[in-house]
Amino acid sequence: METKVMNCIMCPMGCEMTVTLENGKFVSVTGNSCPRGARYAETEVTDPRRMLTTTVRIRGGLLPLLPVVSADVLPKGRIADCVAYLRNVTAEAPVKAGDVIVHDILGLGVNIVASRDM
Amino acid sequence: MELYDVVIVGGGPGGLSAAYSAYQNGAKKILVIERDRELGGILQQCIHNGFGLHHFKEELTGPGYAGRCIDLIKDKPEIETLTDTMVLSVSKDKKVTAVSPDKGLFTVQGKTVILTMGCRERTRGAIRTAGERPAGVFTAGAAQRMVNMEGYLPGRKIVILGSGDIGLIMARRMSLEGCKVQAVCEICPYSNGLTRNMVQCLYDFDIPLYLSHTILKIKGRDRVEGVTVAKVDEKMRPIPGTEFDIECDTLLLSVGLIPENELSMAAGVEIAPFTNGPKVDQRRQTNLPGIYAAGNVVHVHDLVDFVSDEAEIAGKFAALEAQGTLTPAVDTVAVMPANGIRTCVPQVLHLPEGGEPVRLFMRAGAPDRKVTLEVKCGDEVLVKKMLPVVKPSEMITLDIPAAKTVLMHDKIEVGLRAK
Repeated sequence: METKVMNCIMCPMGCEMTVTLENGKFVSVTGNSCPRGARYAETEVTDPRRMLTTTVRIRGGLLPLLPVVSADVLPKGRIADCVAYLRNVTAEAPVKAGDVIVHDILGLGVNIVASRDM
Repeated sequence: MELYDVVIVGGGPGGLSAAYSAYQNGAKKILVIERDRELGGILQQCIHNGFGLHHFKEELTGPGYAGRCIDLIKDKPEIETLTDTMVLSVSKDKKVTAVSPDKGLFTVQGKTVILTMGCRERTRGAIRTAGERPAGVFTAGAAQRMVNMEGYLPGRKIVILGSGDIGLIMARRMSLEGCKVQAVCEICPYSNGLTRNMVQCLYDFDIPLYLSHTILKIKGRDRVEGVTVAKVDEKMRPIPGTEFDIECDTLLLSVGLIPENELSMAAGVEIAPFTNGPKVDQRRQTNLPGIYAAGNVVHVHDLVDFVSDEAEIAGKFAALEAQGTLTPAVDTVAVMPANGIRTCVPQVLHLPEGGEPVRLFMRAGAPDRKVTLEVKCGDEVLVKKMLPVVKPSEMITLDIPAAKTVLMHDKIEVGLRAK
């Protein structure tokens, strides 16, 4: 049995949680104040994931850049690849918040969507 | 002169939430004045997510949150908005003078005015760092606007001073844009940012955080070439012999925010100590009748959700006052921060017959664990709440029901008690 202390990042509460592992496998968690925290603790020790927010170029918009966000969490280890891919993407105005800018980025099953109208 | 029920100075989340709340509470003619080219305020450059969990019950990006606020007020004939318009003065008798390329110089009359100008960043001048005046020293927010909205990188090799949220967010942002973030230095022995930002913005990118460290000197003449860092003692004085250099071409400062109150002060609004914003009552009315204030101009919030909550309070009561339906106050109660609490807003309560629900927003003086927040009147504890963790960087909120406010007289004390 080993324990790992971590801070939950699901919301700004930042609960301090203690995860118990056995042979690298998740056993239990304490210190979380909601079920989202428990789910986060489990994935964080087995398959860490993060939201991605960045910008892509846009043609014909009020600004030269369009802020975008991943529609769901992405594997933490693939974030850098996604950013590199998005560096070569150019959107076309007009765009509405929620419009899909990149469908199924790098085959990870997650869309990249516009954060705002432009 | 055009007459409005409510004139709102600033079209960020505070101003927009106040406008929507004033509309919901019956105001018929509302004006929002914004100096930037579009509504939404600083949220438009905060492209990261984590906004809106409390207020919209959904996780949004900054532009996403701004978009929600804008959608709520647009196409409402009761609400007029002006962008690219700079307010020059607000008078005691609620005349607001502004200038814009379209309308030139003009003055409008408000039955009520809500101040929602937000805050601005402290700069190098505010922390008096020695050295030449090379290019490459930016506030974190200025760099954020360059990177996220204008499409420029301020530099390649970055040191960040201050571990507030903007500093942490920019550490990640610059890393994602291919920059090398050499270090984040924090003069306090603890981080001043939200925990989630520590994890996602520093630990994920292996960026070193130097707690109890400050920057003594900025090196370089034409361009920043590096910084000299030193450890500080418990009184935040640099410890001789602990200096070391970090190479960088850019220094980002995330060293605190100042509520932007030049307009308020010129109008004669009383400014409270510690928060550096208008002294307000539970309705967010300032010392000047009919002039309300909410959001970061009153006190710097940690979450925009609380800015919206507070602005809704101001919007509601400004709307009621404009319609002449505000319940008059019969009692005045001072709110005093006590043990462990550094600031508390509102600073005063003006209670009507039968009391009124009150929401207190507080900040702790130092990090602590397992404490009880108590609202006391004399020796009597009126309301208490257990807090597992308190941090100066995270705001504490407490709702006091109307029935409890009836029991208040003269003054109440809000403090923390160790378990």
